[in-house]
Amino acid sequence: MKTAIRALSLGLVLSTTAHAAIDTYEFKSDAERERYRGLIEELRCPKCQNQNIADSDAPIAMDLRREIYRMLGEGQSDEQIVDYLVARYGDFVRYKPPLDGRTLLLWYGPAGLLALGFGVLATILVRRRRNTAGPAATSLSPDERERLATLLDKKDP
Amino acid sequence: MKRAIFLLPLALFLGVAAFLYRGLFLDPAELPSALIGKPFPAFSLPAVQEPERTLTVEDLKGKPALVNVWATWCVSCKVEHPVLNELAGRGVNIVGVNYKDDNASALKWLKEFHDPYRLNIRDEQGSLGLDLGVYGAPETFLVDRHGIIRHKFVGVIDERVWREQLAARYQELLDE
Repeated sequence: MKTAIRALSLGLVLSTTAHAAIDTYEFKSDAERERYRGLIEELRCPKCQNQNIADSDAPIAMDLRREIYRMLGEGQSDEQIVDYLVARYGDFVRYKPPLDGRTLLLWYGPAGLLALGFGVLATILVRRRRNTAGPAATSLSPDERERLATLLDKKDP
Repeated sequence: MKRAIFLLPLALFLGVAAFLYRGLFLDPAELPSALIGKPFPAFSLPAVQEPERTLTVEDLKGKPALVNVWATWCVSCKVEHPVLNELAGRGVNIVGVNYKDDNASALKWLKEFHDPYRLNIRDEQGSLGLDLGVYGAPETFLVDRHGIIRHKFVGVIDERVWREQLAARYQELLDE
């Protein structure tokens, strides 16, 4: 009984997450079908915000899929199709935003932060090494060193 | 110098906090329109009330207009409708785009709830809506006398939105 309930709830969870819209479009070739899939997965639904137009059930996503299918049929290139949508909905529809002045931080920010982190780490390490290797090794006088040796010997019978 | 380094995390924290605080007041559903400053897309569609009359972008020109995308299936359009009636009563030039709608229902709606539109474009296939980058009705565009889109508002226009966001812009277009 318990396992049945578990299986059922798992099934319910999966059925909501794996829910993708299905259209019945026919393509001239497998290559075209691949391009279609690629495009609808890379483009974002303007209405539902956090879904691509492949997964969205919103009417607008359906319209956009139909429009992309039509444009593919007309023999337009991927860039032409993306540009067509960007002209209407802005860069928002692209999950992969173009590299320009406004998106520089977005593209290179994480790498910059990583470099900054490594920089800080390197400074700390260098400083620590200088502190331990530098003064400690040279600040003991011969007398002190002898005393240290005898102390260490005592400890180690 | 050493002390300044200890202040660095605090400075970083304050920077992040400022960004996040600002984020609290931004609406992620509000997309900047790609069409602002661009001419209203060309179209050739029938009028809602007169099936034999063809409307084009030329019909929009000559006078600043509030182009309102609406539909009878759109629940919030019903909330917005009385406000549009009120604005039309005050002499605001409103043009409707009946987006992906059934024309008979649209006619019934206009009869029942009053018609604030000077023109009403019948966009049954949603082609004009697509060219306008519409992603959910109601959406309203401010178009100047030369047919250039100057501003876009997504959502229900109420008295407050009109007063705070649209009235001054509309007046500016009238004064141009």
